[in-house]
Amino acid sequence: MAAEPLVHGPQQPADLLLRDVHVLDPRAPLDAPCDVRVHDGLIAEIAGAGTLEGDETAEIIDGGGRLRLLPAFFDPHVHLRTPGQEHKEDLQSGTRAAAAGGYAAVLAMPNTDPVLDSAPLLRSLRDAAAREACISVGFLPAITRGLQGEQLTEMAELRQEGAVGFTDDGRPVQSAGMLRKALQYQRLCGGVLALHEEDETLSRGGCMHEGAVSAALGLGGIPTVSESTMVARDAALAGYEDARVHFQHLSCSDSVDAVAQAKARGFGVSAEVSPHHLLLTEQDVRGMDTRMKMHPPLATEADRLALVEGLRTGTIECVATDHAPHARDEKEVPFEQAPMGTTGSETAFAALHTGLVLTGVLELGLLVERMTAGARLFELPTPLIAVGEPANATLVDLDATWVAGEHGWESRSENCCFAGRALTGRVLLTIAQGAVVYRERTFAMAAA
Amino acid sequence: MNHLLSIEDLDRAAIERIVEQATRFAEVSDREIKKVPALRGRMVLNLFYEASTRTRSSFELAAKRLSADVVNFAASGSSVEKGESLKDTVLTLSAHKPDAIVLRTPWAGASELVSKWCSAAIVNAGDGKHEHPTQALLDVYTLRRRLGGIDGASIWIVGDVAHSRVARSNIIAFQRMGAKVTLAGPPTLIPRGIEALGCEVRYTLDELPSADVVYALRMQRERMHETWVPSLREYSSWYQINGRRLRPRQVLMHPGPVNRGVELSGEVVDSPQAVITAQVEAGVVVRMAVLYELLAGPREPRRSGARAPLAEHAVAAAASPAEGQLAS
Repeated sequence: MAAEPLVHGPQQPADLLLRDVHVLDPRAPLDAPCDVRVHDGLIAEIAGAGTLEGDETAEIIDGGGRLRLLPAFFDPHVHLRTPGQEHKEDLQSGTRAAAAGGYAAVLAMPNTDPVLDSAPLLRSLRDAAAREACISVGFLPAITRGLQGEQLTEMAELRQEGAVGFTDDGRPVQSAGMLRKALQYQRLCGGVLALHEEDETLSRGGCMHEGAVSAALGLGGIPTVSESTMVARDAALAGYEDARVHFQHLSCSDSVDAVAQAKARGFGVSAEVSPHHLLLTEQDVRGMDTRMKMHPPLATEADRLALVEGLRTGTIECVATDHAPHARDEKEVPFEQAPMGTTGSETAFAALHTGLVLTGVLELGLLVERMTAGARLFELPTPLIAVGEPANATLVDLDATWVAGEHGWESRSENCCFAGRALTGRVLLTIAQGAVVYRERTFAMAAA
Repeated sequence: MNHLLSIEDLDRAAIERIVEQATRFAEVSDREIKKVPALRGRMVLNLFYEASTRTRSSFELAAKRLSADVVNFAASGSSVEKGESLKDTVLTLSAHKPDAIVLRTPWAGASELVSKWCSAAIVNAGDGKHEHPTQALLDVYTLRRRLGGIDGASIWIVGDVAHSRVARSNIIAFQRMGAKVTLAGPPTLIPRGIEALGCEVRYTLDELPSADVVYALRMQRERMHETWVPSLREYSSWYQINGRRLRPRQVLMHPGPVNRGVELSGEVVDSPQAVITAQVEAGVVVRMAVLYELLAGPREPRRSGARAPLAEHAVAAAASPAEGQLAS
């Protein structure tokens, strides 16, 4: 019998009455002011606004008809840096950052030190998460040992130990033959294969998108075809082997087209996109701010628009942050020397709400759907605001304006590409697996 | 002017001002005593993370002719080899309170970063493949002396543009001074998107006769290992500037050091059209002008300190919606 895929630390089941909150859950479906009672960690009652009475044990939170209660988000792509790089992030700080972003569950990548590629290591990590994680964590161990692309990990045993799926994230599986074996082996062990797509013979030596900006700055460029050709290749392999793959952090228009074509042919593919690729472009790299250096790189405005459109139409099913913390001294170096990655857990919703919802590009309900859809793609239950469900919800103030990073970060690292920007929409409270796991500081004080 | 980080930061008037100041310093170089006391008591620190003979000695000479104290700090054989970061090295050296730091690194944007970490005036003496602004200034100076002016001139930059910081600074500087710039070289060595800088691109030298100035770039031998071109032999046969290709009225430039027989044939290096030695001479007076401009004028308070506090960003974001707002 395989282990449960998600683990979290010890929690105190909540007793709450959320009074006069506007519940928006496109899957329920619900879009109305309600009173919501959470009892012993479960959603006990949902009724018309102002109709439920508190009892002596429950904490009452008044939404004033204004605050929104959304299903908590699911992030299929974070780097918790444990084991080996705890100076960047650990299980506690990383899950706390996610909770502050309204997430109830995250999937952690295996490019740690050592690489998560064996059952004993997975077991010890899950044990640690069961002590330290404030929200649910699932682990995606490596497809190939040491991320070397040469030998499969013991995928079947890893699945029994609770592996949600597999990925070599940070590195592509360069060899088509190697990936094909993993796809074949998936028939035995299951588990979605999440793929970081990059042809290293095309991207080598690059540190930003290849185009006018890289030419002007004299920085090595990474052409978009280094991603899109691999998406097309691996979609074809997945189709041939009738396998299930998930494309990570799409960054360009051609990749969106490749995914759409694979779907049209009925292949088992899905895709994610990050808030930074939906909101920023190569122009944001002009100042050579190392927080704008990420993998894959920020591309052109046309690519950004194609990604937004892909997310809107559902070619790209979900948003993933690719939260990639790095210590300050690692990022305070010249651009070419800096490691790739931006943090994103704490700003994802606010940045997308500001950049895509308030500008009329996406409906709020659609954004909420895309921020929770990752769970389904990895065969996990999607948070739902319905009676009898475990409480997984986030309370947001859509009017609150704040400056990202002005009061510091929950993450151990501060390399956020949105730092210093004025964002509108703020997570005030996150309930994960029936427990209150995050309260925004000023909101907590006002409520007290 | 607080720093010289990029040619981008200089408008035509600023370039002309520096070039004219250099002309005045050129007189000093012709005197028996080649020294003026303009920067007496000031300290110039040469911080070089890459091997460089001519740029470093040119800056050293420039500082000494202005009577400044000069300290040379080469990254090899120093704490840098022991793993010290750029920031720590700069903070350490800043303890000696240099008035200017001349910085050469293999990393784009390094001088701009350093300008945020210390209070000295920073002179970019080459940052990776990004920029080499003093080279562009001395090239403008040399050309103006030779041609009188460069408004309307057609300047061809030939060779390995992809790996050349000289090319990038010169494209901007020449255009700002009114010239028309054409790049020519093998397609593997012309970066995609470079036309956005306003120049034209050619892959052959067929139209080279139309040029007033031919600026050849150094073809680095190490590029052969990465198969940027099939062979030096093939490169030379297509792109070498030689007696057959160079017209009598054309001016020939090169940033040095020259690979004779590769990008230039020996005959053109030694021809009267070549101003390569004049470029080296100009290097000293133009760098004198740059140091003078940065250190001798009225000193504006220079911003220093690490990363700007976030509150400052927020104010800036609020003030300029174009930068502060997210894309829509």
